[in-house]
Amino acid sequence: MAQITMIEAITMAHAWEMEHDPSVVLLGEDIGINGGVFRATVGLQQRFGSDRVQDTPLAEGMIAGMCVGMAAQGLKPVAEIQFMGFIYPAIDQIVNHMSRMRNRTRGRMSCPVVIRTPHGGGIRSPEHHSESVEALFAHIPGIRVVCPSTPARAYGLLLAAIRDPDPVLFLEPVRIYRYAKQEVANDGKALPLDVCFLLREGTDVTIVTWGAMTVDTLKAATQLAAEGISAEVIDLATISPIDSEAILDSVARTGRLVIVHEAARNCGVGAEIAAIVAEQGLYDLQAPIQRVTGYDTVMPYFKLEHDYLPSVARIVDAVHATFVD
Amino acid sequence: MKAVAEFKIHYVQMLDPSGQPVADLPAFAHSRDELVRMYRMMVLARTFDTKAVNLQRTGKLGTYPSCLGHEATHVGAGAALRPEDSIAPVYREIGTQYWRGVRMVETLTYWGGDERGNDFSGPRHDFPWSVPIASQTLHAAGAAMAYKIRREPRCALAYVGDGGTSEGAFYEAINLAGARKLPVVFLVVNNRWAISVPIEQQTACTTLAQKAIAAGIPGVQVDGNDIIAVRDTLEQALARGRRGDGPTVVEALTYRLSDHTTADDATRYRPEAEVKAAWQIEPLIRTRAFMAATCGWTDADELALKAECAQQVEAAVQEFLAMPKQTSDSMFDYVFANQPVRLTVQKALARRYSGQGH
Ligand SMILES: Cc1ncc(C[n+]2csc(CCOP(=O)(O)OP(=O)(O)O)c2C)c(N)n1
Ligand SMILES: [Mg+2]
Repeated sequence: MAQITMIEAITMAHAWEMEHDPSVVLLGEDIGINGGVFRATVGLQQRFGSDRVQDTPLAEGMIAGMCVGMAAQGLKPVAEIQFMGFIYPAIDQIVNHMSRMRNRTRGRMSCPVVIRTPHGGGIRSPEHHSESVEALFAHIPGIRVVCPSTPARAYGLLLAAIRDPDPVLFLEPVRIYRYAKQEVANDGKALPLDVCFLLREGTDVTIVTWGAMTVDTLKAATQLAAEGISAEVIDLATISPIDSEAILDSVARTGRLVIVHEAARNCGVGAEIAAIVAEQGLYDLQAPIQRVTGYDTVMPYFKLEHDYLPSVARIVDAVHATFVD
Repeated sequence: MKAVAEFKIHYVQMLDPSGQPVADLPAFAHSRDELVRMYRMMVLARTFDTKAVNLQRTGKLGTYPSCLGHEATHVGAGAALRPEDSIAPVYREIGTQYWRGVRMVETLTYWGGDERGNDFSGPRHDFPWSVPIASQTLHAAGAAMAYKIRREPRCALAYVGDGGTSEGAFYEAINLAGARKLPVVFLVVNNRWAISVPIEQQTACTTLAQKAIAAGIPGVQVDGNDIIAVRDTLEQALARGRRGDGPTVVEALTYRLSDHTTADDATRYRPEAEVKAAWQIEPLIRTRAFMAATCGWTDADELALKAECAQQVEAAVQEFLAMPKQTSDSMFDYVFANQPVRLTVQKALARRYSGQGH
């Protein structure tokens, strides 16, 4: 088995599913001969033809609306939105149709669509190329929001997303597209949606995070271990709906909760997690919940992006804060 | 069956690729000063552009979108505009911006990942670049509405790429502009490519100018590598707007001689021969040839101009490299005019951790 990056795992999952399910059709800007600006679909148009891997005209509302129509008529569209900052023209179609066609038609029609888009910053991109606005989508009923944190999880979760009968927004953390290679079996095995993944077991504090922030969180956990604090790290993976049980179980064992996300703090997904634990696990907590998040600012241009992104030091300090009486 | 409406799209060219006049030339084309001014700006834009690409390669800039090949369109627009008009650019239009007083150090600041580059010199009413494709066409329509309501003889100019004309925002903007007879010009910079997608895959239209017809407004196609044609066509369109006669779509046919940006590799999707052919009709050659023929532009003039431009660019680069970085405060200070307490608290937190990330 070869060691591959997350981006290669994503390409591999696409290829597997296209090979095994003729209803899977890819569409997006520059995904054909160019293979996508991050090369997630490289080689797929050559292999599956330009009906199944379509370079669209430049219009995101069109892409999302097309997905609704194609999906309702039996295809499984997998769309790429080139960067998350360009998804906004698609939101009308996502909110008003894609996420509610099943409900509107009492199950007669549905939208098994995957919308993939790069997520987050840290790679010196221009404005609008570093957004992490998962909370906007987590707020929408009827669409799942998923974010992998390793090549293997990207492979398994993307397969699950494509096979799921409902729409999934699949967020790909750009910072770790090529961060670490991993052996990934090309066996067509999906991972489950709607569940968290335990990245590191621990007994003193639960840290919940997702996407690229898992890397910094695991570094913080290593640092904390050196000073005798045992941190349990949970990868949320499916951002919406949240796997409450896994988080509550962990907090019941550790008594402390820190949530780490790159997105802005205000009404971020961290607030929902904190609310779940406040509602159902308050008596397990030995200290107030801490959130380590991006600030309530516009994502700064890249000279300052690392001042915006939560650092290992901030995570470590937040954990320390849960030990102060 | 009788035809209820018929339409034609005209093509304007004044200099052919070798610099030969092929039409009656406007007055400014007979003025050496005007020609030198325009040519100088084209050479400056190109000199800057080459330098900026190099700065990206050495890590001093982030992703940079080259304007190579677009100089006649952008500088022609600059020359056609009045200072009180406004522009809503995309991300390549330095040829217009420098004409209007933006400084090269400001462009470098922007692509160096620093918002201060948007607080540029030149008209304070000009919009900054708008990366979300076609969104700025609506801003120009809005600006035009402001001029119309206040009865000001001004015109807004929106730039949009060939790819951008596929976005809903573009259709919404031209439609509204037509319906309300707004003083706005939509300059469609058709450089054949939207990253890797060629125009034939973008649209079934023969011209992009004809999209104007559906909006009920005039559309005209111009040789975008012919600065005389671009300037003259835009001068007329802008004057029309200022007079209250409504909007125009001007499609400038040019070619993106560079990669889409420094993050792109056009050899993956674009035939070499096409690029070679485009170099034969690029805008600087013909302007220079025309000037040599009509106003005694010499090789010595050319050398002196290039040296002067290189020197100016170098000075801008030095100024850019010496600029102190913004502090983390800057991320908080412009979110609102009246800073909420919550942000002030976060600002202090960011200061504490500044420089420690990654
Ligand atoms: C709404 C939106 N979608 C996608 C992108 C990513 N993107 C940046 S430039 C570009 C192609 C633009 O082509 P065109 O409009 O022809 O302008 P050109 O770059 O050729 O000047 C794309 C798809 C974007 N910036 N905005
Ligand atoms: Mg283009």
